[in-house]
Amino acid sequence: MEAILPQLLLAAWLLPLLSFVLILLAGTRMGKGGRGAGYLATAAIGVSCLLSIIALVGWLVHHPLGGHGGHSEILTGDWYTLAQFESLRFSVGYYVDSLTLGMFVMVTFIAFWIHIYSFGYMHEELDDVRDPLVTAADGGNLIRPGRFHRFYQYLSLFCFSMLGLVVANNLFMVFAFWELVGICSYFLIGFYVERPSATLAGNKAFIVNRVGDFGMIVGLATFLFACGTLHYATPQTASQHHQGLFAIVKEATSEYQGKSNGAPSHEGSSTIPGHGKVGDNSGSAITNKSQKNDKLTPVLLTLAGLALFCGCIGKSAQFPLHVWLPDAMEGPTPVSALIHAATMVAAGVYLVARIYPLLTAEALLVVALVGTVTLFLAATMAVAATDIKRVLAYSTISQLGYMMLGLGVGGWVAGLFHLFTHAFFKALLFLGAGSVIHACGTNEMPSMGGLGRKMPWTAATMLVGCLAISGAGIPLLIGLSGYYSKDAILAQTFLFHRTNPLFGWMFYVALGVAGITAFYMFRLWFLVFWGEPRDEQVAHHVHESPRTMVAALVVLAVLSVISGWSVPGTSWGITSLLEQSRVTPATEMGTLQTVTALRIPEEHASHEPTIHAWVSGLAFLAALLGFAIATLFYAIRWLDPEDVRQQFKGIWELLVHRWYFDQIYEAVFVRNVLRLAAIAAWIDRNIIDWLADHAALAVRGLSQWDDWIDRTFVDGAVNALAAGIYDIGIRLRRWQVGRIRVYIMWIVIGIVALFIIGTIYLGIGANISRG
Amino acid sequence: MLLADILSPITVTHYLVVGVILFVCGIVCLVVKRNIIAMLIGVELILNGANINLVAFSSPSLFPSGRAPLVLDGQVFALFVMILAAAEAAVALAIALQFYSRFGTVDVDQGGQLSG
Repeated sequence: MEAILPQLLLAAWLLPLLSFVLILLAGTRMGKGGRGAGYLATAAIGVSCLLSIIALVGWLVHHPLGGHGGHSEILTGDWYTLAQFESLRFSVGYYVDSLTLGMFVMVTFIAFWIHIYSFGYMHEELDDVRDPLVTAADGGNLIRPGRFHRFYQYLSLFCFSMLGLVVANNLFMVFAFWELVGICSYFLIGFYVERPSATLAGNKAFIVNRVGDFGMIVGLATFLFACGTLHYATPQTASQHHQGLFAIVKEATSEYQGKSNGAPSHEGSSTIPGHGKVGDNSGSAITNKSQKNDKLTPVLLTLAGLALFCGCIGKSAQFPLHVWLPDAMEGPTPVSALIHAATMVAAGVYLVARIYPLLTAEALLVVALVGTVTLFLAATMAVAATDIKRVLAYSTISQLGYMMLGLGVGGWVAGLFHLFTHAFFKALLFLGAGSVIHACGTNEMPSMGGLGRKMPWTAATMLVGCLAISGAGIPLLIGLSGYYSKDAILAQTFLFHRTNPLFGWMFYVALGVAGITAFYMFRLWFLVFWGEPRDEQVAHHVHESPRTMVAALVVLAVLSVISGWSVPGTSWGITSLLEQSRVTPATEMGTLQTVTALRIPEEHASHEPTIHAWVSGLAFLAALLGFAIATLFYAIRWLDPEDVRQQFKGIWELLVHRWYFDQIYEAVFVRNVLRLAAIAAWIDRNIIDWLADHAALAVRGLSQWDDWIDRTFVDGAVNALAAGIYDIGIRLRRWQVGRIRVYIMWIVIGIVALFIIGTIYLGIGANISRG
Repeated sequence: MLLADILSPITVTHYLVVGVILFVCGIVCLVVKRNIIAMLIGVELILNGANINLVAFSSPSLFPSGRAPLVLDGQVFALFVMILAAAEAAVALAIALQFYSRFGTVDVDQGGQLSG
């Protein structure tokens, strides 16, 4: 199994690429309107999913679940080496542990169902499409050819990129696929390219991500400089010279630990002069290592980790780069579900989890802080939003904040567990929203209402999704997936609160936002499905969605319920799967850490019943409160939202305008950048263009002059020569009479003349006459 | 020219005179005749004039010793020229035949296509 596992993953990874290439080359010819492209892409991702599941099962056979980890087992190696500069190597390789396999299965599974769902949702694209949101030049709506195949083409490319990002064994490869998922996101946000809002949103997503990726590049460069490699792990075949990042960082931190303790540890001995170096037969290797370690100071390590985290902030839409995700909802809803909820935005969280051994306690604190701020801000924005997809987008940002918080406070498994459960229920919620939008033709919740009777399946599955994200469950007994994962994060945060009282407020914020989450989710559900239709025009043509869409909804709903559970009778579940590949953060005891006295609590401690039950109960109460308020406002209408809105007008305005982030960015960055661009354009147009134009004019003048010389002198000489020869020829032709007798006569005359001349002037004949 | 001169023994000069006469006859024939066959005859005359020259110059009386060693250069040359003449006649007659079949005449003045 170990031998074929990489091949299995390689196949699972490259199948979507194959599908992408085929559709790219022949998409328009694949059946009517490109329907075949959909089948191809779905088949590719389906097979990918199967292969991933086989790989996971194969892995589990050899590495049985159970037991608390710390002994992370990995399988790593290279498929292809791109370049090798002495010890520096760039390669395409795999880093397989249970997290990788879990991500593979999750991504391919959700992607598969979203491919199926899209057959229903995108069926309009099979024919010519009349876009109601775009006005053509003649005043009517724009009519354009359908782009069914292109949708699936991008989905395939996305799946390939996402899987590449997951399977990567080095940060360089991660970065490449990181950008690829970014470009897929850009393509798909701007799928309705004729709508100005869609293109703007695409640009915004791309540019905001660039800001984060800049930090990521800095992080990559720093690690390259300090460690001389970007590979996570030491390759299983390599020598000491090719250590992986994890090993180098671990060594470096333990070295500093030794230094700060005052006693040289075994590893640290070589850095102290004159100690343990003489007679060491591997001296060169150690010197080499110690040089590297000298570069990797705790401060540098912290900063490099944070620089990498910048990329995660951009990709996972964390504060302050969260502004792109709500606008990204311009894309088709299946895309929002797959890319902007379940998988791509979770890539940031995934990367943080991957580089966990590189993050110091201080870096993790920043991660946690960013997560806390994000989860709070986004949740409050969701309360005031009226666009159904935007509510879900804010909710996504908020939940990603939870994951970051979980990771930041030491809950490696908790954060990733939430990533998995969130992927299922958020994909479900988005697909449900897509189903609603498909039926209503609008995104605005105020003009919906009472759809529950007409769309029972959608309403029921959405309800499951809402319950899951709110963390519904019977405390301590059983619950939906969100109940487990959110509780795990909250419990870990509570533990962090205990060890670091200074940051205790993070727990209360997270707890409060759990209530807000329940509130806005049920606000959404009640507004859409409850009560009476508020807009007859919208309501009267509402119908349940096609079977492909409902099937995906049901499957994801089931998974939203059960993905938090473990297999009955055992402790096998997503948590135990993740537990297997658990890693610890970089510094157990760094120098900085002793200054700030930051302690990342051990995660297992949060499983203690005293903590867990306590937190679980609190979270349940918070969610119940949120649910109750939502019910009061929107279900039984005991309170009128309008009144409250008037009462707290200031806060309401703030929330509707999303804390004025867009306006602030507009004023601070966008406008200044545009001004700078205008200046640059002016310089370009008036100075650089002037120079170029006049240089061109000068060259033209010169060449005209040159042309005159050429025509007059050079051509003149050649023409004169030709004319002269022609003239001579004309004269000579008179002699060519064409009568052979005349020629002979001339010959004779010539000979006689030569003879006479010879006789007279040279005396040739004289000899003869004398002889 | 005196009779005595005529009756004096025949010398090389006499041969040369005959050769010149033949040669000039040939040239004149070549220049004056328009008939291609006649021109060929003129060419033969020229060649024979030259032959006589060659033979005459191999005369033993031209050697300073006055003796006649068996040196047959002139005669051999003359034989070569005859062979050459035969070959030339064959080619020239073929040309003449072609000329006739193309122009329907043996008048060389009719073949003036290449005149300037």
